[in-house]
Amino acid sequence: MSIISVRDLAVEYDGRRVLDGLNLDIEPGQITVLLGGSGSGKSTLLRQILGLEHPKSGSVSIKGTDITRCSQADLNKVRRSLGVAFQSAALFNSLSLEDNVALTLREHTALAPSIIDLIVWMKLAVVGLADFGKLHPQELSGGMKKRAAVARALAMDPEILVLDEPSAGLDPIVAAELDELILFLKGTFQITALVVTHELDSAFRIADRIAMLFDGRLLAVGTKDEIRANQHPRVRQFLDRVPGSPVHMPALASYLERYVQSKEAKP
Amino acid sequence: MANLLEIAGRETLSQLDYVGSLNIQLWATLRGMRAALPLVGNRHRWRAAVHQMLEIGVDALPMVALMAVCSGFILAMQGASELRRFGALHYVIDLVAVGFTRELGPLLTAIAVSGRSGSAFAAEIGTMKVTEEIDALKVMAFEPVEFVLAPKYLAALVAVPCLSIVAAFFGILAGGLFMFFSTHLGLLLYLRYVLTSIELRDVVAAMIKSLAFATIIAHVGCLEGLRVRGGPDAVGRSTTSAVVRSTFLVIVADAIFTTIFYFVGKA
Ligand SMILES: Nc1ncnc2c1ncn2[C@@H]1O[C@H](COP(=O)(O)OP(=O)(O)OP(=O)(O)O)[C@@H](O)[C@H]1O
Ligand SMILES: [Mg+2]
Repeated sequence: MSIISVRDLAVEYDGRRVLDGLNLDIEPGQITVLLGGSGSGKSTLLRQILGLEHPKSGSVSIKGTDITRCSQADLNKVRRSLGVAFQSAALFNSLSLEDNVALTLREHTALAPSIIDLIVWMKLAVVGLADFGKLHPQELSGGMKKRAAVARALAMDPEILVLDEPSAGLDPIVAAELDELILFLKGTFQITALVVTHELDSAFRIADRIAMLFDGRLLAVGTKDEIRANQHPRVRQFLDRVPGSPVHMPALASYLERYVQSKEAKP
Repeated sequence: MANLLEIAGRETLSQLDYVGSLNIQLWATLRGMRAALPLVGNRHRWRAAVHQMLEIGVDALPMVALMAVCSGFILAMQGASELRRFGALHYVIDLVAVGFTRELGPLLTAIAVSGRSGSAFAAEIGTMKVTEEIDALKVMAFEPVEFVLAPKYLAALVAVPCLSIVAAFFGILAGGLFMFFSTHLGLLLYLRYVLTSIELRDVVAAMIKSLAFATIIAHVGCLEGLRVRGGPDAVGRSTTSAVVRSTFLVIVADAIFTTIFYFVGKA
């Protein structure tokens, strides 16, 4: 049984379709990587899976609960099994790194403060920030914030880890370490992960399954080998890093021509 | 003409919509406020509320006191210049005492707090909205209403009445200084006159008013913050409109309360 299942999901912003009848199933204990161009709706899909926005139509079920229709209490119950790192990190600026990580532990568990300190230290150490616990988010570099967000996502030892571009802005070494960390969590704790990334190497390193998003739909979903063998032109373009098709150039030229004509017609 | 009607109609509708959303949020927050109470609630929320109380109350104290002293002098002098012509200078005491207890104490405080704290609420919550901190709270299974809003409400409901008392005290003191310098009336004697002219009814009315003002300020500030969509410029706009709207609503509410108390007092 899939742990997350998205059915016919449609999302609109101001009448503009961003997701259009999207279906996705995520199996427990697997790492699913979501690939797709910038602006293709990856973060939008994650926001739906986190229950942060209501879809136009369709449904999202997590662990058997339809989060688009359930009560707030049920939604919060589901959310306690999620660990999320936002694309923008979204650390609490008024709290130090330690407190950012400790927040859920302090409020959702009855652990003793000394135990919480230890857990927080471990989570920060895992992303290489053990010495920076006292700093506030403003005092961190972009990559450090990203890592801190991952540490915060891990705080409650979640069943499902959702990471939005965790390795964007990280140097290759740290990015590779992060990949190993995700693989380690899967191997040791059978964690389920949904990871958005633009790094193809990283995607093919960690993924059990890859889903390619394009124009609000999933173009291809499958194992690494299935995706590598996929012949869809868009998938090939993405995987082979081919620049956008030159059909855009004539469009630009005609646009400029019309612009010049309209300027000439004015006076 | 039709255009004018249309504009007026649309404005009215949008204002009604605003008041409607004020109401929805008010009930949600009042329910959430239980969590911020000491003993029965969550100690983290209570601690946040105390922190807010200090920020709203203690930090505003010098400013409110100074405003009250200045207004006390103004009221006493303006009153004296008229009343002296009728040889009724001693009525200045009633004017200042009753005026400050019933009216100026709560109103001055409300205006100062809406400028200092109403705008701060809007800015803080608006920034949290823009940086996705509110979303992060939600996916960590916290209720933003309970986590962010409730402590602010509780703090305002405690701090604003206290500040109103302080403002009334300083205003009346300034009146006493004026009387001392203009008629050599001793301060102790002045205070005794003041105490005979203030009735319990005045104090109760003042407390009701300042509780209402506190609700308006916290409420408008938080709602403006939550309504922020977009970037930092939207935060700036929400801060301005929090101050403008809450000051306006405070004065409207003051007019309504004063009318009610006027007729209740006559009956
Ligand atoms: N709050 C919003 N209001 C209006 N449009 C939005 C909003 N959020 C996203 N969009 C639109 O939805 C589309 C998808 O955005 P999304 O953030 O999901 O892209 P993405 O795939 O995560 O891109 P990236 O890789 O750059 O992060 C974009 O065209 C964007 O303009
Ligand atoms: Mg994104």
